[in-house]
Amino acid sequence: MTGRRIAIVVAIIGLVIVPYVITEVYYVNIASQILLYAIFALGLNVLVGYAGLVSLGHAGLFGVASYAVAYLLAAGFGHAVAIPAAIGIGLLATAVFAALALRASGISFIMITLALGEIIWGLAYRWISVTHGDNGINVTTRPAPFGLPLSSARGFYDATLIIFLLAVASSAIFVRSPLGAALCGTRDQPRRMNALGFHVWMIRFMAFMFSGLLTSISGILFVYYNEFISPQALALTASAEGLLMVISGGAGTLLGPVVGAALVVIVKNVVSGLRFTVLSPMGFADLVKFVLNGLFQHWNFLLGAIFVAIVVFMPEGLVPGSVRLARAAWRTANRSKSARPAAAAPPAPVAEQKR
Amino acid sequence: MSRRLTARSISRRTLLAGTAAGATIALTRFPTPAIAQAAPFKLGLLTVKTGPLAQGGIQMEQGVLTYLKEKNYTMGGRKVDFVSADTGGNPAGAKTKAQELVERDKVDVILGPLAAFELYAINGYIQQQKMPTLSLAAADNLTQRQPNPYLLRASATSSQAMQPMGHYAATELKLKRVVTIVEDFAFGYEQMGGFQAAFQKDGGCVVNKLWPPIVTPDYTPYIAQISGCDGVCQGFAGSNPLRFMKQYATAGLKYPVVTGETGADDALLKSYGDEAIGLVSACPYTLDLDSDGNNRFVSEMLKNYNTVPGFYAAGLYINCEVVDAGLQGAGGDASDKQKFMAALKAVSLTDTPRGPIKFDHLNNVIGNIYIRRIGREGAKYGLKLWNKTIKTYENVSQFWVWPEQEFLAHPVYSRDYPPLTKC
Repeated sequence: MTGRRIAIVVAIIGLVIVPYVITEVYYVNIASQILLYAIFALGLNVLVGYAGLVSLGHAGLFGVASYAVAYLLAAGFGHAVAIPAAIGIGLLATAVFAALALRASGISFIMITLALGEIIWGLAYRWISVTHGDNGINVTTRPAPFGLPLSSARGFYDATLIIFLLAVASSAIFVRSPLGAALCGTRDQPRRMNALGFHVWMIRFMAFMFSGLLTSISGILFVYYNEFISPQALALTASAEGLLMVISGGAGTLLGPVVGAALVVIVKNVVSGLRFTVLSPMGFADLVKFVLNGLFQHWNFLLGAIFVAIVVFMPEGLVPGSVRLARAAWRTANRSKSARPAAAAPPAPVAEQKR
Repeated sequence: MSRRLTARSISRRTLLAGTAAGATIALTRFPTPAIAQAAPFKLGLLTVKTGPLAQGGIQMEQGVLTYLKEKNYTMGGRKVDFVSADTGGNPAGAKTKAQELVERDKVDVILGPLAAFELYAINGYIQQQKMPTLSLAAADNLTQRQPNPYLLRASATSSQAMQPMGHYAATELKLKRVVTIVEDFAFGYEQMGGFQAAFQKDGGCVVNKLWPPIVTPDYTPYIAQISGCDGVCQGFAGSNPLRFMKQYATAGLKYPVVTGETGADDALLKSYGDEAIGLVSACPYTLDLDSDGNNRFVSEMLKNYNTVPGFYAAGLYINCEVVDAGLQGAGGDASDKQKFMAALKAVSLTDTPRGPIKFDHLNNVIGNIYIRRIGREGAKYGLKLWNKTIKTYENVSQFWVWPEQEFLAHPVYSRDYPPLTKC
């Protein structure tokens, strides 16, 4: 337990000093994006990982809050009004979403969420008097809570980090609460849970609302980060990307979605822009660089290859997969040691409990 | 010791010739500041190399590279460092990549992005960063009612080519009643708004406007609604015009069809069949233009990429010409963004691939619009079809024939403006 506490403190300190270590504005912005998408992935993970309900429409919910805040700001309201109102509207949309989608589970649930997400995308695209359609809505100012302006990259990173830590903490509390345990129960044995007197629908509904809350918050951060929102942010590909973050990192773990978000954002934004200089008479090193350049340029191919590799080698996701491999390595090391009598090491600490 | 060595190895004649050559170079070379000489000029491109918009995006990069190769990677007397970034065709990607170019790569100018929503997403940012940007995106309002002082458009607004098309359709093709059909997005609205306004000004009448979604597998239900007219105006983009024209011909419709710059782009000619014969288009660039500037551009494109250029490649090549001339005008110094921008705005070129261009005070191009008709006659470069120029409207501004004040007093062209009226 103490080892774990130390790890948490070290991680928080590490995240806080990020903008002091990498001073370049561009990378601080990338770090902000990772945190923002990590909140989105954490929200989606509540459904995918703990409730066993795969949603393909979460970008729609994300978009409702985004458009709400952008519309209210464009209409002249202040940040203090726009943000709570957008969260409220996001939650309302989530309730409607949940009420409709939770009539089903499994594949039907996926299809319903997909359809609902597409409806919201269609609204964003076609309800031009409100959303400006394809041209989107520009937001010109970022808020300045307690007199601290978020207009600088570092200020925005700090604010996002605070919200991110709150999101992680609330997810941890939610998962460890009796409600979280009951939710996992409805995932594994819904009928038995029902027989035991649990209200399966209500438990799932609560999980959906919590997921919607995190999603709405990330949507609002997205608008403030980009200072712009247009229908592309709500498209099916955005929902699928969120799902890939959760699954590649490890669904049903707290750290997994964060790692997945970092993976996707880094490949999409940083790796896609990397280029090595290749000298013209190609040596072996140059040939490697040449191939890497090609991969970087076709970054979605690279991302796809990484996902395939994850599915093949760590089907449970990067975080649980690495834990498993590390544990296996530890065990092999121990076995060779156990030939000598005194070296009975304690079993490896489990960083993430699956359930 | 070294002096003796030098003195011995260089004869008087060589010395004389060397001095003369040095003096000539020193006198004729552009006077550029020493600092600017040392650091290369950084040229950034925002394009789309992945996803559905990639075809145009790749042509954009080819246009830039063709120019750079031709000039041996120099602009305004400075070595050019070229950085290309792939936005993936979405606004968030455009924002991140613009930040990458500005903050990490510290570019001096941005070329691109391609789509209007990408430009809208970075519009505030480039203004805040004072980053000179030469975009291909056609969004009308960014050089009209919401001008951005750091944005320069050497291509055209969405409606710039369609307004002459409206005039031509009414006065020369003598069309009276036209049905318009275009994708349901801002570029489509602004194209058809421009067509309708100009066409109705000269006595024509738009009887119906059809808006199929961008991804429409089958246009038949829309084509079935085309009736009660004597002409059709389509404004499709990407590969959609190919499918539309095919289905239009299959449906047996014979009304003449007119279109804008994307509907009959020269890069589409190799994919069109007989169904496109007779298609009349208005475009700021035409492959058919027989000028030194265009012939050089086309032959370089064929040599480098073995491909016939269209509007996207030409647009970026022209953007490069503007940057080059602007950098020369600023004495090779791009460090003062305001001065550099002023120099870019003041550029006026006579022999670009699209002919002469200059800029209005809102930073939009004034240039020729070519009316072309597709036929077999005159086809070159292994093509079977050819866009033959049948009329040139010279020095067309984004306001067409209206005074600027009057034009800007209207709302921006949209799905509902100008409204459909009984006529």
